[in-house]
Amino acid sequence: MSYADFTLGAPVADAAAPDGPIETRWERRRFGVKLVNPANKRKMHVIVVGTGLAGGSASATLAELGYRVSSFCYQDSPRRAHSIAAQGGINAAKNYRNDGDSVHRLFYDTVKGGDFRARESNVHRLAEISRQIIDQCVAQGVPFAREYGGLLDNRSFGGAQVSRTFYARGQTGQQLLLGAYQALERQVDAGGVTMYPRHEMLELIVVDGHARGIVARDLITGETRSHLADAVVLASGGYGNVFFLSTNAKGCNVTASWRAHRKGALFANPCFTQIHPTCIPVSGDHQSKLTLMSESLRNDGRVWVPERKGDDRDPNLIPEAERDYFLERQYPAFGNLVPRDIASRAAKNVCDEGRGVGPGGLGVFLDFAEVIGRLGRPAVEAKYGNLFQMYQRITGEDPYQVPMRIYPAVHYTMGGLWVDYDLQSTIPGLFVVGEANFSDHGANRLGASALMQGLADGYFVLPSTIGDYLATAKHEPVDPDHPAVRAAEDDVAQRIDTLLSIRGTRTVDSFHRELGHLMWEHCGMERTEAGLRKALDRIPELRKEFWETVLVPGTGVELNQSLERAGRVGDFFELAELMCLDALHRNESCGGHFRAESQTPDGEAARDDENFSYAAAWEFTGRGEAPVLHKEDLTFEYVAPTQRSYK
Amino acid sequence: MRLHLKVWRQRDADDRGAMASYDVDDASPDMSFLELLDVLNEKLTVEGEEPVAFDHDCREGICGACSMVIDGQPHGPEKATTTCQLHMRHFSDGDTITVEPFRAGAFPVVKDLVVDRGAFDRIIAAGGYISAPTGSAPDAHAVPVPKDQADRAFTAAACIGCGACVAACPNGSASLFLGAKITHLGELPQGQPERNSRVLAMVDEHDAAGFGGCTNTGECAVACPKEIPLDVISQLNRDYLAARKARRRSA
Ligand SMILES: Cc1cc2nc3c(=O)[nH]c(=O)nc-3n(C[C@H](O)[C@H](O)[C@H](O)COP(=O)(O)OP(=O)(O)OC[C@H]3O[C@@H](n4cnc5c(N)ncnc54)[C@H](O)[C@@H]3O)c2cc1C
Ligand code: SF4
Ligand code: FES
Repeated sequence: MSYADFTLGAPVADAAAPDGPIETRWERRRFGVKLVNPANKRKMHVIVVGTGLAGGSASATLAELGYRVSSFCYQDSPRRAHSIAAQGGINAAKNYRNDGDSVHRLFYDTVKGGDFRARESNVHRLAEISRQIIDQCVAQGVPFAREYGGLLDNRSFGGAQVSRTFYARGQTGQQLLLGAYQALERQVDAGGVTMYPRHEMLELIVVDGHARGIVARDLITGETRSHLADAVVLASGGYGNVFFLSTNAKGCNVTASWRAHRKGALFANPCFTQIHPTCIPVSGDHQSKLTLMSESLRNDGRVWVPERKGDDRDPNLIPEAERDYFLERQYPAFGNLVPRDIASRAAKNVCDEGRGVGPGGLGVFLDFAEVIGRLGRPAVEAKYGNLFQMYQRITGEDPYQVPMRIYPAVHYTMGGLWVDYDLQSTIPGLFVVGEANFSDHGANRLGASALMQGLADGYFVLPSTIGDYLATAKHEPVDPDHPAVRAAEDDVAQRIDTLLSIRGTRTVDSFHRELGHLMWEHCGMERTEAGLRKALDRIPELRKEFWETVLVPGTGVELNQSLERAGRVGDFFELAELMCLDALHRNESCGGHFRAESQTPDGEAARDDENFSYAAAWEFTGRGEAPVLHKEDLTFEYVAPTQRSYK
Repeated sequence: MRLHLKVWRQRDADDRGAMASYDVDDASPDMSFLELLDVLNEKLTVEGEEPVAFDHDCREGICGACSMVIDGQPHGPEKATTTCQLHMRHFSDGDTITVEPFRAGAFPVVKDLVVDRGAFDRIIAAGGYISAPTGSAPDAHAVPVPKDQADRAFTAAACIGCGACVAACPNGSASLFLGAKITHLGELPQGQPERNSRVLAMVDEHDAAGFGGCTNTGECAVACPKEIPLDVISQLNRDYLAARKARRRSA
């Protein structure tokens, strides 16, 4: 039986969400959770893997509540988690602008933006909590942008019709993360959190069906050992790096989630990835990552390509009449501000027609000449100065003189480990927060909503819901010699030995690049049955080559960055196969998932609610073995599903 | 481009370490400095040698992980630029480039170009925060902050914790890093209640970690990729003196 012959298992249901009016569900759930006696909290130990917005805020808050926390990250400091790189901003339904925003509107926009593939209960809770997040961050000293009156400034982001995005120049993620990091360090000093930087989780420990710890490798000494606890929280971020080139930090990986998946946690909607339209194009084979240019640039920049194929004149010499402002032409109502997935695909299409610009024809112009003419250079500099500088630093071109060149790049993953309303996975005691879970964004995430979700999960949701589990589970301590612990440790040791003993001929990066290229071609912006089948044939071959011919130098008992990468790429191979299968089985287009077979006569995405109004949660059955699909049906009581239209 | 690299190689913390020479024949001016090292590492790996270890993650100048002294300057020759954002077009064909770790008494070398900057975390843990337990916050608009104050706080908060200031300082002082956090939190009304205790605790931890004292050479601000202004150190000194005075008075 081939991998693609998956079987259908029992449906999976979110048993934790209360029913009744959506506005009071979170309130009622919070009242329903059992409380842990303060004296007992000190005896309870929680492991948190990840120190980004989700993990950092969760660790700090759990320690404030009195739990004992062990916090892990692979970087040398928790402050360097990938959340640090977020630029644009964070949404909150404060309605400080009095422009008609409300919790309900943010809820509505998020469900619709996610193309009706997210759970209403979760999204509503997110919109409610969004307001508290801003209060919390301001109290911590996050220096959000302010107006002359001293109040917080807002902007509209990603085509939203209201101004609900709070920001700190182009460094919102950095400032929010430093707030969480400082709260975390405060708890380190107070003794509530033990910090394990430069540690990588390589296995989950499950004892009697419950998550009870992890095996982690100390990246400096190479020592692997188990860490035991009463519950485990994964806050390990997204898996965009399966594509090799993405806007994610180089170390972002799926290992923590994948190891949990192999131990029984269902993985939901793996094919839902977000491709961001405004990134700096690839400049050559040496390219190691892609850099995002903030979406806010589309507020004033105009996107175009030459009318004629292969027109390689200096863009400033191409007359107006010979330019195609393709977004303005195709989407007159929204123009350059159409959502990310639509802008990305439109750019791909004109490049496929041979009208792309720059090296390899993989780019389109983002032109500021019109706004510079209208407002003058100083005004444009005040708004976008730092972004223009960054562009110039990377490309060596001056965007005040020549149009920028941009191209879409992988940016965010909506899929992730399946969790219920309490953020608990299908393994009791394993909770998943932030980008690592699948919960709130459906098939497409709106701009400035990931930061909101990470902090909602970490500061407010998890610290309440995990208490219910801990109060009920009442665990005995796990014996460090328990067979399940020993087995997990042995698995890790064996895997490391295998990687080091192959001593083949090909570097880890060369495999990763090839896998990434395959995924970008066949599971990227546009997916077809033929392409996905091709990828599903090729991935196992490449994976086999990897395990037979990879060359990992050095030993396991030292800092060995090649070994770290090899472990991550090994897991990406397995994830890649599941992503392609998920994309193949979902024979509809929705959000960031565009199946060429499912489009409207004018080339737009056609959703198929009749057959696909569910989250696809996959069960692992063995490497390369056909997985089992469990469906969670989605029902929409408050926002009636409609086809998106931006014409 | 053909480039000659002289790179610091050190097996581990106990090894003495030495410079090693390598050639890269196929560098492109569009590469970043880290991509140049990637190319070198791929070559070393295939040739059976150990690749050069170096810290990096975001590769867009914001995480503060990358940390190399290039031709004698932390983060290399370009102003306001981290190593990961430094591109090879600023070098010339045939150049010899030296690459060393961020050296300082408080930053022991871990391996090759990787150093231990854990002391920075300990300084923050000592007091670099505003105590605001989750759930305790008033509405965000309860306390307006004048825009110029908010902007000054932001400028100081832009520090990425890379440690270039320490590597550049002849005394191995972390005063720019410390002053940046003191200024960020001290400019805001929310930061006032802990203003005195914060600076005392952070300075104590700074000294205990083995960072040197500041003698106003100004090298730190020249090396800083985020252009943290030197006057955060004046602010640090003012706050420190005021806090000591307040402590004496209450003692
Ligand atoms: C360039 C860029 C710009 C963005 N801009 C915005 C924006 O403007 N607004 C917005 O809302 N969103 C934005 N996003 C998305 C957003 O930044 C992320 O989705 C979010 O920060 C993820 O946070 P997180 O806490 O879930 O994970 P991360 O911040 O990725 O943290 C993951 C943590 O897990 C740790 N970890 C991972 N694996 C392991 C392991 N195996 N063992 C131990 N530790 C591990 C890491 O060390 C790290 O601490 C942007 C993303 C990018 C790439
Ligand atoms: S002050 Fe500048 S040089 Fe020092 S750590 Fe901060 S960003 Fe780096
Ligand atoms: S790698 Fe993040 S700042 Fe250089």
